[in-house]
Amino acid sequence: MPLYSETVMDHFQNPRNVGEMPDADGIGEVGNAVCGDIMRMYIKVRDGIITDVKFKTFGCGSAIASSSMATEMIKGKPITEALELSNKAVAEALNGLPAHKLHCSVLAEEAVRAAVKDYYDKSGIAYDPAMFGCDSCAHEHDQAPAEE
Amino acid sequence: MYVYADNAATTALSPKALEAMLPYFTETYGNASSLHSPGQRAAEGLLWARETVAAALGAEAREIYFTGCGSEADNQAILTGAALGARKGKKHIISTAFEHHAVLHTLKKLEKEGYEVTLLPVHENGVVTAEDVAAAIRPDTALVTIMFVNNEIGTVQPIADIAKVCREKGVLCHTDAVQAVGHIPVNVKDLGVDMLSLAAHKFHGPKGVGALYARRGIALVNVIEGGQQERGKRGGTENIPGIVGMAAALQEATTDLEQHMAYVTGMRERLIEGLSKIPHSRLNGDREKRVPGTVNFCFEGIEGEGLLLWLDAKGVAASSGSACTSGSLDPSHVLLALGLPHEIAHGSLRLSVDSWNTPEEIDHILQVVPEVVKYLRDMSPVWDELERGVTPHLI
Repeated sequence: MPLYSETVMDHFQNPRNVGEMPDADGIGEVGNAVCGDIMRMYIKVRDGIITDVKFKTFGCGSAIASSSMATEMIKGKPITEALELSNKAVAEALNGLPAHKLHCSVLAEEAVRAAVKDYYDKSGIAYDPAMFGCDSCAHEHDQAPAEE
Repeated sequence: MYVYADNAATTALSPKALEAMLPYFTETYGNASSLHSPGQRAAEGLLWARETVAAALGAEAREIYFTGCGSEADNQAILTGAALGARKGKKHIISTAFEHHAVLHTLKKLEKEGYEVTLLPVHENGVVTAEDVAAAIRPDTALVTIMFVNNEIGTVQPIADIAKVCREKGVLCHTDAVQAVGHIPVNVKDLGVDMLSLAAHKFHGPKGVGALYARRGIALVNVIEGGQQERGKRGGTENIPGIVGMAAALQEATTDLEQHMAYVTGMRERLIEGLSKIPHSRLNGDREKRVPGTVNFCFEGIEGEGLLLWLDAKGVAASSGSACTSGSLDPSHVLLALGLPHEIAHGSLRLSVDSWNTPEEIDHILQVVPEVVKYLRDMSPVWDELERGVTPHLI
């Protein structure tokens, strides 16, 4: 069985919404280069709807695929729905991730939330800070080593 | 075009080795311990293999012990050195920080059993010195175990000098030569080591076979108890097809070795020159003291697993020391031992070519790698910050 599903490979090799957004309304960056993955997500918001999304990711194949899938899942959706995006939903939409790669979907969820938080902060929209309790890079890696 | 450039991980089986092996699966299936003629024919194959491997290493046939893999040979050598030392009250072992896990994990186990282990630094160039070893040897040092060629970066260690230091101080010396045998000259007498490990599948032999050279007079400690196979030092019916395949492959790899080395070195030099042109890249390990076929580069701003997946899609099989491929939160212990920061080590690429590769394949690698690095950098927020000067370039 290959490491990744066809959907993961598709989103890795043909990532959707990759790029930058100079006039973004919110930018979220999560992860840590020391840990080996960073996601940066840009959102454009009009009347509570996420009208455009872009991302840049430094990380493994599943990190790139998770970012791509997450952008697809929130594009055109109300912010309230984007905030409900769970890592589980991202992983399921990708037809599954290997257990040791699930943290990549967690990172995607966190990137979306960080972008929304940044949008709220920049637009002066009040929110309950408890909504955004996230600590990146606290995810567990658990993988059998590829030895030789 | 699909280029296999991961020969340090494993190699394709040589047709000559396969040809030598096949009869031992079919007509010559006897157990080498049996007295009847099918058994004796198997025993003849085993003897031929032992003599052939011994000749290739400059050893005597009785000094060669076949094992199930290189890791087993490493385990047996280290456990032997530890046990022999303990009998004289010596429980200190010297090794390096960038050994293979077959060595490092065996040493960890011994530490739990009361041994003391010193892991020498390997410096920025990935080469330990005989002086470092001499300085670390203590009156209670039982064993020095240092790899001949590092598997990830390909640097060659001065094993002959290290063995000389060990001899002068009366300390046993083992070398894990899994990445050396079949690729550079390896003669146990010239090196002066007491024990040396090798694995067949690194030089176009079959998987599942290794060997341990142990100098006459070294009483090996068993890892597998059992019958009288391997002079009673490794129980279990011998894997005759595998062992014969190993001998045939080694014979082939060591014939015209100098010529092969020159050919492979030429390809390696092209790889180093070509990949060095990628901005903010770095060759890991000493420029000169390296095995002919292995290069290891770091490319700033990208992560290794994505690089490998893209290279595979574009027709290059390679490997990386990134965390996602090393199996832990940390990138390769080898790259960290060189002093590389985590964020740099994540973007590593190992290409290992050998005499089976062609100059056209090198052309393909040199075309594809820069394209993929650029593509991944373009989507990397880390690269973005490096290029905008938000964070300084480290390489």
